[in-house]
Amino acid sequence: MDCLRPNAVRSGIARVGTALLYSVALLAVLLIDCRPATAIPAFARKYGMPCSSCHEGWPKLSYFGQQFKDNGYQMGNDRDAPIFQQAAYWPVTFRITPFWSRESTSKAQVDGSNGPGGNEAKITTDGFNWTGLDFHTGGTLAKNFSFYVLPSSDEYGAFHFESVWARMDNILGSSWLNVKMGKFELDNLLSEKRILTLTGVGGQYWNYHFQPFSQPGVPENYVFGIGDNQVGLEWMGHSKDDRTRVSAALLTSSDGNPDVPYGKSYDAYFAASRAFEIGSLGVQRVGAFAYFGQAPTYYQFNLTTSSTVGTDINSNPVTSTTTAGIAGTGIGNKGFQRYGLIGMFYVKKYNMTAIYFRGSDSAWLGTNTAAVPGATLPAGAQSPKWNGALFESNYDWSPQLVLIQRYELDRMSQQAFASNPSNLGNLDTLTFGLRYYPFISSRAGFAYHAEYAIIWQKGASPVTFSNLTTSSLLFGFDFAF
Amino acid sequence: MPNIKNMCLNVAVALILPAALLAQQADQPPAKPSPHMESHIGNLNGHSEAGAQLYYRYCWGCHGARGNGDGENAPYLNILPRNFVAATFKCRSTPTGTLPLDSDIYNSIGRGFNFTNMPSWNALSAQSRADLVAFIKTFSARWVAEKPGDPIQIPAEPKLTVESIKHGGELFQKLECWKCHGQEGRGDGPSASTLTDSNDQPIRPYNFTSDNRSKCGKTNADLYRIFMTGLDGTPMPSFADVVKPEEAWDLVHYLRTLQYNNKSPELALWESTPEGKAIVASKKVENTYTGSGVQP
Repeated sequence: MDCLRPNAVRSGIARVGTALLYSVALLAVLLIDCRPATAIPAFARKYGMPCSSCHEGWPKLSYFGQQFKDNGYQMGNDRDAPIFQQAAYWPVTFRITPFWSRESTSKAQVDGSNGPGGNEAKITTDGFNWTGLDFHTGGTLAKNFSFYVLPSSDEYGAFHFESVWARMDNILGSSWLNVKMGKFELDNLLSEKRILTLTGVGGQYWNYHFQPFSQPGVPENYVFGIGDNQVGLEWMGHSKDDRTRVSAALLTSSDGNPDVPYGKSYDAYFAASRAFEIGSLGVQRVGAFAYFGQAPTYYQFNLTTSSTVGTDINSNPVTSTTTAGIAGTGIGNKGFQRYGLIGMFYVKKYNMTAIYFRGSDSAWLGTNTAAVPGATLPAGAQSPKWNGALFESNYDWSPQLVLIQRYELDRMSQQAFASNPSNLGNLDTLTFGLRYYPFISSRAGFAYHAEYAIIWQKGASPVTFSNLTTSSLLFGFDFAF
Repeated sequence: MPNIKNMCLNVAVALILPAALLAQQADQPPAKPSPHMESHIGNLNGHSEAGAQLYYRYCWGCHGARGNGDGENAPYLNILPRNFVAATFKCRSTPTGTLPLDSDIYNSIGRGFNFTNMPSWNALSAQSRADLVAFIKTFSARWVAEKPGDPIQIPAEPKLTVESIKHGGELFQKLECWKCHGQEGRGDGPSASTLTDSNDQPIRPYNFTSDNRSKCGKTNADLYRIFMTGLDGTPMPSFADVVKPEEAWDLVHYLRTLQYNNKSPELALWESTPEGKAIVASKKVENTYTGSGVQP
């Protein structure tokens, strides 16, 4: 027992310390001074408007902000063209978040009695960290010519392009004719790129990325997320007051990756929505979306390469041989669909977004089977299908304080193999959070961020394929300038 | 010898009369802004309490926390934001010097102001805009002490004729509109560089060739209303006392012909005459090679 006491003491100290940390963070949130509350700050600086004009709580757009975005980052007055800015004006904003977080997973793969990687254990860690860095550059090149480029890094500073596009706005003077080319976020009314939550669990919409298991422990080979930025051409139209919005996009089947890494096929995405006013409640919106995609199941051509990776004890070179498909030659395409309905409802300071999702993949994709000529599906293979739902509610206490709650679920209605457990991959996730903006101006943005998120997924543990629970707790200083 | 009695009387009157006047004024303290105001636009009833929440989300950055136009962005704007404490409004349907109707402010919020940083707020619901109107009225005591003016009457627009356009051109000269707006309506008249607004900021007269939308609307009736009510807070006066209603329509018809880049019935009719065609052709610059989007 004595040997346990120091651990118990340390554990007690840790609990007290953690509680103290929570308390300090909470106090900091609650007792912060209440100066008047400055968005993408580059836009705010251009137009001299507070971030609260375009954001319910940044980065989430308000109705006015959505209209501004749909209009090509233009207000519609004569101040849209860059010629109205100082010559030194450059529309750049960076955003990063230092934070403290506690991450817990109920069953992580570890070495143990069953050999290397053969066991599972609960692992909980906590510590200070930081997010990747986003450099937002966007705006207008001239009246009705807009652009957006977003180099984004991970926390190690490795950059990639999250967005790269240019858009011709209001062609022929019509708000119904806007054409965008490049890598961009799909016209999702509930934008994942503008999500209010940050944790590893709550920092994404799970329905936007849900893919079924092929078999227990075996994910589908192809990867796709409706929340991922995609590459292609988009037509978008909207009424002057943005009450009606429609869009259609032709996309390379690459899930947003550069250099056409898979096949030469194309996907399509459609979205439409209509907003209407209900008296003093505000502007409500309902809409629908559909993604029709395809993915190759094998490469027509492969290339085997050998490279020297070192030397053996006799100083002879050791080579490594890899075989990879040649980019752009993926064939045997099979289809998948994602579609759903969305409603965004406002009751004064309270707003709720509800989404119904329906997804299905080809049995070939679902079972990771190459559709080579003459091939047949494995026994019991079928098209995996599922239903999903999302309910997010925000309470905008004031422009400075947003309370966040979200619940998502996914339920498999048909597994890739009839022999799979019927609930394999089903998930539920719950998120609570708040963002407090101690000041609001047109120069920069700052938010105290507190969030807790947890996800339960059936059959997702890495070794025993049992149920997996993962949670995140985060306190951070989210800022943009 | 001075009349001591009269002198004492005069001194007494000189001292007592101002005191009495001051006392009378003291009995009638100046009106204070009301913290609770309503607006009425058609079937909409706006409430300042709801408007306050919207104002401090959307508006205060320019118009200031106290509505006096000194928001943090005001120093960077070349046309200063409206000072709601002064309650002087450009776009009204009421005579110069009077308060506008609620609907005037409501329409201004929805339309925005071209050539300024004020965007269109038609993305907000009608109710929200009505609430904002009510809140804006809480900044100034004028809304307590005064009633909005009676809206001016706009007679039906007479038939468009070449004579009407020509007469409008004569009025443009007679009323010396050209002094500010320039002979071609480009906003470059001899007085243009000297003009300032009520904030002592330089202000440029409207350039008719640049756009078809003036600050207070784009219809012929809007144009009519502008020069019959004037734009309070700017050098643009009201011509209601010097222009007859039918003459005002003639002036509207002429002004439309100055908008060379905007297809209008007035311009089409004017260009159908040899005189008009020659005048427009001499001033119209088309197909510039820069593609800058900036209209000549």
